[in-house]
Amino acid sequence: MKYKSLVILLFIFCAFTLSAAQEDAAPVDTVQVDSILPPAPVSMLTAKDGENDHGHSITLRWALSADDGAGQNSVLSYDVFRWVPFFMDTLQSIGDSLDAAEGAVAEQLRKRRDQAVVMIPQVHKSYPEQGEWRKIGTALSGQASFNDVGVKERESRDYMADHTDYYYRVDAVTADSTVRTASEVVGPVQSYGQLFNTGRIPVFVAVIVFGFLTIFFVVRAKMGTELYVRPLAGIEAVDDAIGRATEMGKPILYVLGLGTAADIGTIASFTILGRVAKRVAEYQTKLIVPCYDPIVMTVAQETVKAAYLDAGRPDDYYEDIVYFVTQSQFAYVAAVNGTMLRELPATNMYMGVFYAESLILAETGALAGSIQIAGTDQVAQLPFFIVACDYTLIGEELYAASAYLGREPILLGSLKAQDYAKAAVIILAALGLLAASLNWTAFINLFSVTS
Amino acid sequence: MRRSTIIVMAMVFGLFILSWIFRSTSLASVQEHYLIGGLKVTFSAFLTLAILSFLYKDNPFYKFAEHLFVGISAAFWMSMGFWTTIVGNLIPRLSRSLSEFFQVPYQPGSYNFVYFIPVILGIMLLMRLSSKYGWFARWPLAFIVGTFAGLNFVRYLRSDFIEQVSATFVPLLVNWQGVGHFISNFSLSASGQFVAIVGNWVIFLGVICGIIYFFFSKEHKGAFGAASRVGIWILMITFGASFGYTVMGRISLLVGRITFLFRDWLNLIS
Repeated sequence: MKYKSLVILLFIFCAFTLSAAQEDAAPVDTVQVDSILPPAPVSMLTAKDGENDHGHSITLRWALSADDGAGQNSVLSYDVFRWVPFFMDTLQSIGDSLDAAEGAVAEQLRKRRDQAVVMIPQVHKSYPEQGEWRKIGTALSGQASFNDVGVKERESRDYMADHTDYYYRVDAVTADSTVRTASEVVGPVQSYGQLFNTGRIPVFVAVIVFGFLTIFFVVRAKMGTELYVRPLAGIEAVDDAIGRATEMGKPILYVLGLGTAADIGTIASFTILGRVAKRVAEYQTKLIVPCYDPIVMTVAQETVKAAYLDAGRPDDYYEDIVYFVTQSQFAYVAAVNGTMLRELPATNMYMGVFYAESLILAETGALAGSIQIAGTDQVAQLPFFIVACDYTLIGEELYAASAYLGREPILLGSLKAQDYAKAAVIILAALGLLAASLNWTAFINLFSVTS
Repeated sequence: MRRSTIIVMAMVFGLFILSWIFRSTSLASVQEHYLIGGLKVTFSAFLTLAILSFLYKDNPFYKFAEHLFVGISAAFWMSMGFWTTIVGNLIPRLSRSLSEFFQVPYQPGSYNFVYFIPVILGIMLLMRLSSKYGWFARWPLAFIVGTFAGLNFVRYLRSDFIEQVSATFVPLLVNWQGVGHFISNFSLSASGQFVAIVGNWVIFLGVICGIIYFFFSKEHKGAFGAASRVGIWILMITFGASFGYTVMGRISLLVGRITFLFRDWLNLIS
């Protein structure tokens, strides 16, 4: 009996022990402790000076790790390291002190910094002594390049000296950032600026071709060759409009717009203003030219003065024909609108660069009953002039108008050259169409311009 | 000034003074300086209505608002030009004593003799004030116009010429896999092959015809004239679309002003 009880107890004990052992063992079975293996390093790492720049940058390229998107697929990113001499810390601390310093102390620190900056190329030659690898950036997995870009300002913390030996390495990094594999070191490599940006060769070729065409036709025009310019309705109407103003005894309002003297539209407008002013002087009509920009006003005064001189009426010229209003857009509009309704000009001419004020001006002019002739190269404003003015010079017609009125060989020659450039555009567009249809990328790439 | 005009002006001013009193009273529980707050809102509303009165005809209120606007803006931009460009940018780079005088921090590290060039050009520009030496002003003007014309030439050649040309390099038959495939997959959806093909044809023909319109040294006759007319049609359709788009933007500006009048001034809407 005793023996039987002992066996039962032993059996129960074994059953509990086994059950407890199974409960303890269960979690062990579900937890997978995967140890991440170091990934394969990147290969074919190259470091080259950044192309088509002013220097201060190095471009790194590499072949992806075998474990990036394949193999163990364990690479999450690439850490890019540059070897940095300890001397650069001294330079940084001088910069920190300089930020807080003033007066003579700052002057001294500035001198120290300038002396230290000159030594940067020299201290980089001590590689691999007196320095350490420092992370300068990260590239995500799948990315096989990195640009180490510094700035050219010597006083900046991000200054990257040209003609200095730099050394790089790239680490393939896994989810566990301590598990990584470094590449081989690449270097020395130096950054330097390029004289020519080869990415802009298409622009260079266009400048040469267009420049040649312009010079060719200007020379021809100067030699007396007749260059035809088709009549432009808006410009044909100018003389009639001036005649109307003379007959009515009312002034002509000429608005140069909001452009600066450097805008091509404003420059074209000066030529038209000269022509209008000359005719106005001949007819002894009153001219009003309110200006938005003081420099435009100065040029316009010179233009009108010269036109009165050409017309043989210098005594009729007075400075207030061309006057400055303000450099605030809508204050200028308010002033010009007021002038329109008070002076009631027979003709309003809007030639130049215009923005949101175009419709306000043109509408007020229409209310005042003036004949209106407009011209601008601002595409967004053309619809307003078209609906509210009697004649509108669309975009390039403004430039052509100045050539048509001026009849100067330089303007006529450049107009003819522009027409040839347009013909070239049509031919190139047709060729490009074929290239795009036949997937001839070599031709299309000829026209890609990098910044 | 006519008597009736004076009476109308007096009435309008009286109304706005009343409005100021009412607005200030309503602001008294909200603002500490309620009189000034009320004046600001009332004066803004007065100027808004004065400018809008131009829609009726030119009148003394519009003249007042116009002259105030022009005078203040001219003075503002002049002082901004002086304090930000000359005092803010130039003096700290050129002179320690002048920097101390104008109480701006001197920047010895930025000193560069090149900055004297704009100073000299600026002085030459001011020579216009002299009748004897006014011709000096032509030099800086020539410099400004010539420099920017040269810079813009290259910029425009790139953006308006090269990049525009390359933008027209589009295939006329997009994703072409034969007539059978085209017919069986025919769809008018925006992402469909038919719309893509039509779009590319419009781009190509629109560019060609538009350029032909802008030929100035050849008469627009015959086939050339026909292409030119197509070009001007395309331009006009584009301008029409642009007009509608911009008008919608202007209406939102009008809504902004009306909201100001009815909410901030009259307090009629919340």
